[in-house]
Amino acid sequence: MPSPAPEAHISVRHLTMAYGDFVIQRELTFDIARGDIFVIMGGSGCGKSTLLRHMVGLLKPAAGDIYFSGSSFPGASAEEQETMRRRWGISYQTGGMFSAMTLAENVALPLQLYAKYDKAEIADIVAYKLALVGLGGFQAYYPSEISGGMLKRAALARAIALDPEILFFDEPSAGLDPISSRLLDDLIMELQQSTGATVVMVTHELASIFAISNNAVYLDAGSRTMIDYGNPVYLRDHSKQALVRQFLTRGDSTDTDSEQPKRPGHE
Amino acid sequence: MSDRNAAFKLVHSDDQNAILTLSGTWLQGARVQEFSALSREIQAGNLSHLTIDGSALEEWDSTLMAFMLQCYNHCCEEGITFDTRALPASAQKLLTLATAVAPLKPSESPQEHWLTKLSPRRLANHSGDIIRQSLGFTGEVTIALGRLVTGKSNTRFEDFRHFCYQAGPSALGIISLTSVLVGMILAYLGAVQLQQFGAEVYVANLVTIGVLREMGVLMTAVVMAGRTGAAYAAQLGTMQTNEEIDAITTLGISPIEFLVVPRILALVVAMPLLTLYADMLGIVGGGIVAGGMGISPLQYLSQTEQAVAIHHLAVGLIKSVIFAVLIAVAGCRAGINAGRSSAAVGQAATEAVVTAVVYLIVADAGLNILFQAIKF
Repeated sequence: MPSPAPEAHISVRHLTMAYGDFVIQRELTFDIARGDIFVIMGGSGCGKSTLLRHMVGLLKPAAGDIYFSGSSFPGASAEEQETMRRRWGISYQTGGMFSAMTLAENVALPLQLYAKYDKAEIADIVAYKLALVGLGGFQAYYPSEISGGMLKRAALARAIALDPEILFFDEPSAGLDPISSRLLDDLIMELQQSTGATVVMVTHELASIFAISNNAVYLDAGSRTMIDYGNPVYLRDHSKQALVRQFLTRGDSTDTDSEQPKRPGHE
Repeated sequence: MSDRNAAFKLVHSDDQNAILTLSGTWLQGARVQEFSALSREIQAGNLSHLTIDGSALEEWDSTLMAFMLQCYNHCCEEGITFDTRALPASAQKLLTLATAVAPLKPSESPQEHWLTKLSPRRLANHSGDIIRQSLGFTGEVTIALGRLVTGKSNTRFEDFRHFCYQAGPSALGIISLTSVLVGMILAYLGAVQLQQFGAEVYVANLVTIGVLREMGVLMTAVVMAGRTGAAYAAQLGTMQTNEEIDAITTLGISPIEFLVVPRILALVVAMPLLTLYADMLGIVGGGIVAGGMGISPLQYLSQTEQAVAIHHLAVGLIKSVIFAVLIAVAGCRAGINAGRSSAAVGQAATEAVVTAVVYLIVADAGLNILFQAIKF
C-alpha cells in the first residue's frame, strides 16, 4: 500500500485518471508541501483540469489515492469528505459565480452555511473579502454586470470566504490582460503569504508560473503520465526532459542534443 | 477564557492622538463588541491620529481583518491618520491589499418595492415589449422564409430533420397519454348530460366533434408548448450564453435562418401529424368510456362515422399549423433575446411557455369566432 509523505500537505500516489476505458493520465505521484504554490502544467488536453477535478473530489480516481494531511480523500466517508472540503477554497475556470445572486450573496453563502458568524458579522466579512480582491462596494452587483477580470477576482473572494487551508484555481488568469493577470498573481501570492495557505493551480501563463510558483508538475499528453516535477525555474534550466524545457521556454530551448519531442496528442 | 476574548480599548494619549489596543483571540465566533460603539467614541474624541496596538493579540483570522477594515474606512472618512505599524506583519499586508483599491461608492438608486414591479402600467409596458418583439421577430422569420423559398437561405436540411424527430416521434408517448384521457373526459362529461334524455349513443358525436375541432389540437399544442417550445428557448438561450449566436452572426449567417427557421418548420410539419394521431386516440378514449356505459363498440363506431366530417378535421388541422407557428415563434423569440446567464435561460424558458399558452388561447378563441362567422 503506498503511503503519503508524512510532512506533505497533499500527497498524490499512483493516481490513474480515466473516463471509462479511456485513460487520461496514469501513475501520477507527487507531494505538495504546506504553503507551496503548486502549478499543474502541460499542453492543452493533457488532463490538467481533470487532475484538479480529481484533487477537489469532483471525479473519482480510477486507481491510486490522494491524501490531505495524511488522510485519504477518496477513501473517506461522505461526512469526512464534507469536513475536508470545508477547508478548501475553489475557483473555477469561468468563475462559477451563481448568476442569480449578487456578489455579496455569493461570498456570504459559504459563510452562512459553515461559519459561526451572525448576520451583521457576515456583512462585515463579505465587505472585507471583496475589498481584499479590489471589489469593495460591489456587493449589490450581479455577476453578469461585471467584467471578466472582476469575475475572476470575485470568484477568488468566494474561494477565500472561509479562510481555507488549500486554495484551488483552474486557470485563474486565463482571458485576462497582462496587467490584470499580474495583479491577480500578486494577489494570490500576497494572500498565500499572509494566510499561509497551500495553493494548487492549473495555468499556462509562463510569467505567472515563474513569478509565483515554487513547485510544479508537468503532465505529458503523449506518454499519458507526468514526466517531471519540481521547482519551475529549476526545471526550465535543468530538466532532463526536452519537452519540459521547451514548454517553459515557449519552444525557444536551444538544446539540440536531446531528441525532438513527439507532438502531444498524436502517438 | 474571559481575558482571552476579543477586545479593544481606546486610550487617548493626548488631545489629538489615541491608541487602540486590541487583545485576545479574534477568531470566528468570537463575540466582538459592535464597531458602532467604537466609531462613536472616535468621533467624540476629535482625533487626528489613531495608532493600532496589536501586541496583545493572540490568534486572529478574518474577524479581525473585517474589523480593521471598518476602522480604516471610518478613519478615512473622518480624515484621521491610521497607523498600523504595531500590527502583525501579515495583518498589515492584508490590510494594505484590502485598502489598495478605493471602494466603489454605491450609486444612490433607491431600492424598488416589490409591489411597484406589479403596477399595471409596468405590466402593460412589459407585455407591450413582448408583443412588439414578437412582431419584429415574426417579420424577420418571414423574410428568412422568403429567402428559403428563393433558395438563398443558409438553413440546413439536416437540422430540420433532427428537429422534426425531436418534435414528432419523441413526443408520441406523452401525446398518447393526454389525448386518450381527454377523449375519456369528454365522454364522461357528455354521457352524464345525454343520459338524462336517453341519448347516450350521441356521446360518439360529441367526442368526435369535440376532439377533432378543439380538444385534440389544443391539448397537443399545450403539451408541445411545454415540451418543444421550452426546449427551443432553453437551447437558444444557452447558445446565446455560450456566444454561439455571436459566432453564427459573425460567420455571416443569419441566426434566424440557421437556428430559428428549421425549428419552426419542424414544428409546423410535426404538429398536424401529431394532431391527427391525437384525434384518433381521443376517439378511442371516448369509446372506452362509452363501452363502460353500455354502448357497443359497433354502435360507437357507426355513430363516429356519421359524425366525422372533413370540415371538422380541417378545422383542427388548420389550427394545428397556426398553433405550431405560435409555439415555435414564442420559444425561439424568448431564446434568442435571452440574457447571458443561467438565470436568464430559465427566465427565457418560462417566458416561452407562458407566452405560447397565452397566444394559443387567444388564437383559439379568435379562430372559433371566425369559423362560426363563416359557418365552417
